[in-house]
Formats: sequence, structure tokens, C-alpha cells
Amino acid sequence: MKVKTTLLGAAAAFALAPAAMAERGSDGHVNIIYWQAPSILNPYLSGGTKDIESSSLVIEPLGRYDEDGNLVPYLAAEIPTVENGGVSEDLKTITWKLKDGLLWSDGSPVTSSDVAFTAEYCMHPEGGCAQRAKFDGVESIETPDDLTVVVNFSKAKPNPYGPFMGGQSPIIQKAQFENCLGAKASECTEANFNPIGTGPFAVDDFKPNDVIEMSANPNYRDPDKPAFATLTLKGGGDATGAGRAVLETGEFDYAWNLQLAPDVLEKMAEGGKGKTVAAFGTLVERIEMNLTDPDPDLPSDIRATREAPHPFLSELEVRKALSMAIDRELLTEIGYGQAGRPTCNLVPAPEMFASDNIDCLTQDIEGAKALLEEAGWTDSDGDGIREKDGVKLSMLFQTSTNAVRQDFQALIKQWWEEIGVETELRNVNASVFFGGDPGSPDTFQKFYADVEMYANNFDGTDPQSYLSMYRCGNEPKPSSQWQGENINRYCDPEYDELLEELSETGALEERGRIAKKLNEMLTKESYTIVPLVDRGRVSAHSNTLGGVVLNTWDSELWNAADWYRID
Amino acid sequence: MTDPTPNIPLNALQEPTITRPARSQWRDVWDQFKHHKGALLGGGFLIFITFAVIFGDLIWQLDPKKLDIRNKDVRPIYTVIWDSDAEVGWANPLGTDNLGRDQLAQVIAGGRASMAVGWAAMLLTMLIGTTIGVLSGFFKRLDGPLMRFTDLVLSLPILPLLLVAVTLFRQPLRSNFGPEMGMFILIVGVISVTSWMQAARIVRGDILALKEREFILAARAAGTTSRGIIFRHLLPNVLSPLMVSATLGLATAIITESALSFLGVGFPSDFPTWGKMLADAVPRMQEYPERVLLPGMMISLTVLSVNYLGDGLRDALDPRIRGR
Repeated sequence: MKVKTTLLGAAAAFALAPAAMAERGSDGHVNIIYWQAPSILNPYLSGGTKDIESSSLVIEPLGRYDEDGNLVPYLAAEIPTVENGGVSEDLKTITWKLKDGLLWSDGSPVTSSDVAFTAEYCMHPEGGCAQRAKFDGVESIETPDDLTVVVNFSKAKPNPYGPFMGGQSPIIQKAQFENCLGAKASECTEANFNPIGTGPFAVDDFKPNDVIEMSANPNYRDPDKPAFATLTLKGGGDATGAGRAVLETGEFDYAWNLQLAPDVLEKMAEGGKGKTVAAFGTLVERIEMNLTDPDPDLPSDIRATREAPHPFLSELEVRKALSMAIDRELLTEIGYGQAGRPTCNLVPAPEMFASDNIDCLTQDIEGAKALLEEAGWTDSDGDGIREKDGVKLSMLFQTSTNAVRQDFQALIKQWWEEIGVETELRNVNASVFFGGDPGSPDTFQKFYADVEMYANNFDGTDPQSYLSMYRCGNEPKPSSQWQGENINRYCDPEYDELLEELSETGALEERGRIAKKLNEMLTKESYTIVPLVDRGRVSAHSNTLGGVVLNTWDSELWNAADWYRID
Repeated sequence: MTDPTPNIPLNALQEPTITRPARSQWRDVWDQFKHHKGALLGGGFLIFITFAVIFGDLIWQLDPKKLDIRNKDVRPIYTVIWDSDAEVGWANPLGTDNLGRDQLAQVIAGGRASMAVGWAAMLLTMLIGTTIGVLSGFFKRLDGPLMRFTDLVLSLPILPLLLVAVTLFRQPLRSNFGPEMGMFILIVGVISVTSWMQAARIVRGDILALKEREFILAARAAGTTSRGIIFRHLLPNVLSPLMVSATLGLATAIITESALSFLGVGFPSDFPTWGKMLADAVPRMQEYPERVLLPGMMISLTVLSVNYLGDGLRDALDPRIRGR
């Protein structure tokens, strides 16, 4: 009965008062375009940004990060901290309180058992949950009453906001997913494509890899929101097309992640239908050095593994010279314009964790040549390529297919050839390169190349899990089905020790100091990772769409409930 | 009656052809061919463009891969006609791209790759297509299996097939022939293997019709071997549809190559081809239309000229049209 009245009310509001602001459904329809099409609406079964962000319209976590990286409560009444007693003094438990009177879009109440179930769902040993890392260290979850959830960690957790926090870890409905645990997770198509949620919108129709139709959630906790009655999220195409659709033709209201050259974007913006918004987060375009030998003549169980060190990239001088030859200012100007800043850091933000290392910013071709010369790399046969003991400085440089990245490759190749390093370029289709298929030789994890370029970032504001990717043993290797995050195959016991120290340190300042040191070990001390550009996220919205706040710390659609139409 | 003098009027009435010297078949073909203005133009352009891409870099010696970032986005020299403020220079008569690569040098170098891929793939396609088509049209026993095989290949999804082929063969080809030559062989091979089916069907259809015709029966009655019939009588007669399909094949090959490069399974990204120049220029095509037009026009003109050439050759090679 209640649902019916609400629905009727919403319908009446929509029919009678289309001009009135701040009323649910009063602003009609909104069109969003994601040029990578969402294929599932369950972030626990997909690591793809497109899937996480589109599902964030429907299912919500207990708390999110706002545009400045602060924690804001969503389903929780407040963010638990040590000060308000929500986090225990020993940092081993965190107690979340749900808001009162929350309803799922089907009208049933949200309880702490849904939250506990979410953890059970993701932590199921047979599940293959894509966000398992979020639940690292969780020992048990208790639900003393319907609105209280207590998460117990097995050891002190200085950053207890892993589970249920941010777009990667939303709460799913127990009643809907109850029979989808473990190995059955991916079989629950109806639930995965049509999750019941607490977000501002509810799914009407989902066509995987194409389009999602949504309408306002009648049971959304703020009775006046969302302002839009219906929403279409269209997926597919490319960044150029998406940019044009918002900025030039005005067919869409919001376009996500426009990685386009600055002059191209500027030209599109002259169309006058919309504007671009940019925000900086932790996304860093970098060159990764392969410390292992990708030689195809090696047997497949040794190739590009730690058993075969790289013939020349294992030398610090070579890596350093390669970094010195790069003009990051120029790269930024050509590839990103206002949406990029040259950087030497793997962790560029937040300030607390960002090192002040800037010595890579000036290009020094002569210095790079001298460095190689000193290290014994000379061009003895006059072909323009340096060699030592019969090993030539000849490299394969791979990245994903993207106009900006190919421009970068061409420029970097020219600089490297100037210092006597032969470079062969290769670009791989992005869905193959980032696809993670252990059978494909072209994935960035397998790294069958000498150097590769891509961008990566971390969620939230704490870099601990990001920095622990470079732990010894975490490298992709045949025995781990080529999964693993230590792409460079970096291994330094000192680094691992420092990581341990970081995970046991609670004081923020001390954490900052350690994180900076770890960042420097990877960048300016070893040149294992050569950061190039701190990339802003650029998206675009039409002039008639109000309330957009670009957020790089969480889903871009985090505040879709607050969006409205400007007449 | 052997005295010729009184017979002058009679001689004048005689067939003049008798007195003409014996002519080769190819002479006739040429005579007919040169009446076709389009074919002559097309042929001329094709020869010109082929020489231009082969020897062009001897005259225009700028390195097509050289980046000159200070001279980026230079417009072609003719832009001054309507825009006197445009940034132009004789150092780059056709302008430069967004990284300062000289467009003229790129067109020359790109043409070399595209033409080589186009011609090689087209020839290989025709060879495979004609062989399969002739065999299945002429020999009844082979018809079923070969045509079912053709259907099978036709139904293969090309893109996944390409990705598999690249995955399997890139590494060995690259280590044996180098990154560029290895890719050339792979692309030509892949394009040919996936596009011979139309040619095979066309040829088979024509052969089926032709082999029931009287002249074939006559040839058979005269004891001509199958091989002789195929090479002497059938092939020249299917030449005309083959030419058309070959010209289409050349165009498809050039375009498929650029699509492959675009997907990142083609040539290295700094190796210029017309298709890649085109793909690279698309995002900026409103500001710098010449960067799209230049490679686009080269592709179109080349394809068009091959088409006209094919048209002229078909007319010239067909004895029933010849002389009209």
C-alpha cells in the first residue's frame, strides 16, 4: 500500500508540477554517456570502473569520499572515528550505525544483516570477489541489533575504512543475493543485472554492454530527490564521440572520462552546449620498467619472471638515464594541458603522503648520455645504439591504444634514440592490455616488453594498499596465473620491512613519512617506476545540468541524487 | 590473268585486312585500351603514384618519423590563399601534424607501406580466390567441398580470427623478419586469407556458365586438355569480373590495414601508413581538414585509378567488345 501511494505521489508530482524545483522527478530525464559500456551492475564481480560507477547509481556504501577526499556518511548515520568512539582505541574494531528508516527500492527495510551479508558474499572463499582487497584483515562481523554493524579486524588497522566504504564496496540486499554465494555468484544474472538498492535510481532495464534505463527510486531516503524521474546511461563508442555528444551536439548531459588531447577538447568546448570539469586525484601516467627479461627465446615458465633478470634494465644507471631524457613538461602540455601536471611521484596526493621530489622535472639529455657513458654503455660500432659486452640498448615499449598515448610514445622514442637507446613501439587494444587474460601475451601484467606505459591510481585517500602492490612475491608469475600487482617485479627486503612498519603505524604524520619514503624508493631512488604526468580526471556536462561535482576519490556519479536541470 | 595492271579496280575492292601485317593479341588489347580515356588516366596516375612513393624520398629527404615539436600544426602552403595569418612554411609545404612530423614525407612513406600491403594482399587474394574458384567451377567433384569450405571461411568472424593470428604468429615473424617486415607479412597474409571468398564465388559462377558454351565444347572436341582449356579459354574470359574484384580488393586491403593498425595489431604506431595518418587525423579534422583529406584523397585516387584501369582492361581484353 505504502509503495503504491508513494508511486502515485511521485507520478502526481511529475504530472502536476513539472516546473517546481526540488521535488522528486520534477526535472524529467537525464542522459549519461560512458564510452566504456557497463557489462554488469555488481561491483563485486567486476573491477571495471565503468561497472563500479554505473552501479553506484543503484547501490550505495555506508560512506563515500567527497571531492576533497573527506569521508561522508551515506547509509551510515555518521562516520565512525576514534574520537566519536566508533573505532576502538586498539584500531581493531569499527562500529557502524545505519541511518534510521532506510528502505530498499522494493520497500523492505535495510538492516545490519544486509551489511553483514555483503561481507559474507565478498569474502566467500569460492567467490572470486573483485573487491576482496577491501575486506583484507576482516576477522568477523557482528550485528548486535538491526542498525549496528561491528567489524572486527585480526590485527590493528590504522585505516579501517576498507569494507563498506566507497564505490567499490556498496551494500547489496541479502534477500536478493542470498542464493548467489560463492561459485554461484556469477550465475545470478537477474540479481547482477538488476540489483535492488538504496541509491537514487532503480534499474528498469539493463542491456549489458549497451544501455541502462533507470527511474527514480520511490523509496529514496530524501523525499525530494532525485530531481530526475528517469535516467539513461548509454555505454560504448569512444572518448571523442562521447565528448562531442555532450559538448557539441548536446544529445547527452554527462560524459565520463574524456581522455583527449587538450586542443581537441578545447575545440569541442567551442560547440557551446556544455563544459568540461577537471579534478585531480591520484591518477599517475607512468612508465614501468621491467626488471625481468621478456626475451621470447626463454622458456615460458622463466620468461619475464624473477628467475631471469633483465639484461640491462636491471642496472640503475640505465633506468635513471631513461628517466632523465624525458621532458615531462612538454608531454603534459601536449597530452593533457590543464588536466595534467608533470610529476615525479607515484603518490601525488593527498599532500600528507606526497613527496616533494621534483628533481626529474628538468630534461637532461646530456646528463643521461654522460651517465650511460660512465656506466660503460658506449656506441662502439657507430650505429647510434649503445652497447656493453655485446648487449645492445634496444627496447620494446608497449602501451594501450589511445591517441594521446601514441603521441607520448613517439616523443619518448625520439628522446631515447637521442641518448642512444633503440626503441620499438607497440600499442595493444585497451581491453586486451588491461583485460588480465592469463592466456594472452599482450596483457600489462604479463609484461612481455621492456617498458610499458599506463596510468593507475588508488581508491580513497590512504596509499597503503597501493604501495603494498610492490611487495616481493606479489608479482605476476605463471604460478599465480599471471595475476599480481607488482608489475615491475620489484623486490627489495627493505621496502617490505617498511611496508610492515606502515601497516602497524596509526599516527597520521608518521604514516605520511613512511609512505613518502616508500614512494621515493620506487621512483627517485631506483627509477623502477618513472612517473610522467599527474592526470586530472576530465569529464563534461551540459550547460543545463546542475549540481555536478566531479569526484576523483569515489564514483563520479556519487552525487547524482543532487543533480538537477537548469532551465 | 597474272598480269596485275588491268586488275587495279579489283584489287581496290579486296579486303584491306589481308594486306595488314600479322598482329599480336596484346597489340589489339593496347589499341582498344588507349581509346578508354579513364583507363589511360588511371593507369598513368597509378604509375605516377607508384614511382612517387618508391622514389619520392630521394627528392624530399625529410625523415617522416622526425618530431619537431616547435613546428607542430603547420598548415599547408596553399592555406595562405584564404588565410594570410596561417602558420605556413616552405620547409613543410603540406604542413605538419600535431607532433611536428612533415606531412609530405609522411604521405610518401605512408604510401609505400599502404601500396605494398594493398598490392601484395590483392595479388595473393586473387591467386587464392581464382584457384579455388576455377577448381570448384571446373571440376564437379571438387565443387561441393571447396564451396562449403568457402562458406565456412566466410562465416568466420574476422576480428577474433585476426587477434588469434596475431597472437600466434607475431612473435616468430617479428624475430625472423624484424617488427616491420614481420608485420607486413602477417597483415598481407591475414588480409588475403580472409578476403578471397568473394573472388572465388565470382570466378566459380562465371566458370560454371562458360564451360557449357560452344567454344569450350569445341576446344574439348579438339582434344584440348583441361589445363589448356582453363588457361587458354576460361581464365581470359573471367578476367573482367576478376579485375573488378581485384580493384575492390586493393581498396579493402588498404582499409583493413588501417583498421588493424588502429586496433593496435598492425604496424608499430610510429610507422606511417595512409590508413594510420587518416585515423590519427580524425579527432582534429575540423581544425585541420587537410590532414584527413590528404591521405584520404591518396587512398581514393589510388583506388579510383585502379578501378578505371580495371574497367579499361576489361573492355580491352574482351574480344566481343574490342573494335567497337
